[in-house]
Amino acid sequence: MGRKILFITTDQQRYDTLGCNGGTLSRTPVIDGLAAEGVRFERAHPQSVVCMPSRSTMLTGQYPSTHGVWMNGVPLPTTAPSVAEVLHEAGYRTGLFGKPHFEPFLDPFGRFAENNLARNNSVGPVRGFEHFEAATHGAAGQLHYARWITTTHPEALGMFYPVLDGALEVNALGGGDTGAPQAWVNPIPREWYHTDWVADRTISWLDSLAADDDWFCWMSFPDPHHPWDPPASEVGRIDWRDVPLPEGYSADQSQREAVLDAKPRHWRAWYDGRLVSNYEAPHDWVPATLTPDQIREVNALNAVEVELIDEALGRVLAAIAARGWTDDVDVIFTTDHGELQGDFGLLFKGPYHVDALMRLPLIWRPAKSSGAQPADVSRPVGLVDLAPTFCAIAGLPVPEWMEGKPLPVNDADADARGFERVLTEWDSNLFGVDVHLRTITRDGWVCTTYQPGYSHDGTEGELYCLADDPLQQVNRWADPACAALRSDLLADLWDHQPTMVSPLPRVVAPV
Amino acid sequence: MLGTTRYETRIDRPAAQVWKLAGAAERLCEWFPGIVASPVDGTNRVITMAAGMSMPEEIICCDNTIRRFQYRITVPIFKHHRGTIDVIDLYDGTCMVVYSTEADPRTMALVIGGGTAAALDELKRQMESGMHDEKGEH
Repeated sequence: MGRKILFITTDQQRYDTLGCNGGTLSRTPVIDGLAAEGVRFERAHPQSVVCMPSRSTMLTGQYPSTHGVWMNGVPLPTTAPSVAEVLHEAGYRTGLFGKPHFEPFLDPFGRFAENNLARNNSVGPVRGFEHFEAATHGAAGQLHYARWITTTHPEALGMFYPVLDGALEVNALGGGDTGAPQAWVNPIPREWYHTDWVADRTISWLDSLAADDDWFCWMSFPDPHHPWDPPASEVGRIDWRDVPLPEGYSADQSQREAVLDAKPRHWRAWYDGRLVSNYEAPHDWVPATLTPDQIREVNALNAVEVELIDEALGRVLAAIAARGWTDDVDVIFTTDHGELQGDFGLLFKGPYHVDALMRLPLIWRPAKSSGAQPADVSRPVGLVDLAPTFCAIAGLPVPEWMEGKPLPVNDADADARGFERVLTEWDSNLFGVDVHLRTITRDGWVCTTYQPGYSHDGTEGELYCLADDPLQQVNRWADPACAALRSDLLADLWDHQPTMVSPLPRVVAPV
Repeated sequence: MLGTTRYETRIDRPAAQVWKLAGAAERLCEWFPGIVASPVDGTNRVITMAAGMSMPEEIICCDNTIRRFQYRITVPIFKHHRGTIDVIDLYDGTCMVVYSTEADPRTMALVIGGGTAAALDELKRQMESGMHDEKGEH
């Protein structure tokens, strides 16, 4: 019997939403407890700041350039490499519960396996997962959670926020008390909400396993990604009126806009409503209209969703304890990317490689039987390192096709194994508006170069000192004093940047 | 807001042979993955998708001379839709098939367009596998 693996992901969660990372809004005692017993990473970055590429990286251990899911709407082939397949072939029982998003949700032709499973009353196998029950941010669509709501609680179908509008764009409709986009009062009972459903399905599957089974369980919560529509019964936990504005938000409009003006031009263009370069933000919403109270309410609702996740995780850990497995389970908690959540006067996500979207919560509580010691890791790591880590936990060699390395257990281990840099990519092309970013984070600096595209001529970039400028408000790309540093970082970036797969896989849906 | 997509594939079969399938409105369900029925009544076609939805369409053009087929989806969610299939003779025994979609709302162009890309892949597969070859045609 080996070490079992509980892999927990959330969707679009910021680093600073956890108590163990300095967050003060959400109460996250369960995750904080894991951090206290395990390894807490202070500089974990995704290889893409949107869902499908990032999740594909977690599954394959490859960069987006390699696995080919270069933007949302590009499906990961079901034949793509999968760490779940590796573990299953080694004898692990494998399950995924919650949001997968390796394939597009919008699928009227029924072409994608994820969507077809539930429609065919099947739970797998797919991608190496022998059991696969999928959910997303509401009750619409074809996934298992939607079918469960439809068949058992049809009255709840209309309770969720309508994520897409009538034109299938991300909805700009405002709600809640402040009219914030994607804020919503959801009267759904807590036990019907997808957070508890994901935990319930996870527990049910774990209970079906034999005591001596080795298992890999990916529990993937759709929250705290917008819409911010947690069960209304829970919203009173945090009064949005008491929520402080984020450090990254300047209430002074001229100061806020001056910061944006020092960044590449698509930042300000989006803020002003002149250009929405990506599908993931509401097309009909103008960030400049965002009010301080709307930011407070979004942060409050987000924090409620984070608390519900923490409590759901607590139930799963209790179920694991009841099976007597606790000492043999590695628990890894992270998310796919962050959320702007008011920083710079913006919400949602897009081609903006700053901490709001790139600095992720990552906690690894190794199995107690491994003898690992608690530690904080300050060196840069990536989600590309997760799949190799799972292999290492299972005692398996890391396949050659994986591009990451098993995560370090402390800074000395990181230094010994060359965790010097982490890379993040962005490519998108939405109706002729293309954006291409390549980012390196190394030595306390984050450096982004913009390749030629709709808004950029290839000379633009961003350079921030994370120690002096933790909010990334002073762009030093053009600072002569940083010219040599910039050149060095860019050379290092291109030395380590994987070659983009060719031909480029097609975008076949918006998301 | 209007959105457009365009996909193309080169098929190692003569244009006339490919057009016999691609230009036959009622045979769309044979090569468009995810469309399970496509009956035609005059200039009206109703497609039924694998997910269970049916959509009525109006056939706008079926020109056997230039080998162009055009249609529009007529359900209200579309302010505008036009699908165009062109089979272009390359005069070397092969042809280029171009499948274009324009739609308002624009997102529908991506949703439908993704299906058309897969359809072209399937059309090429079927044609080049020989399953539609007739004696003396290839």
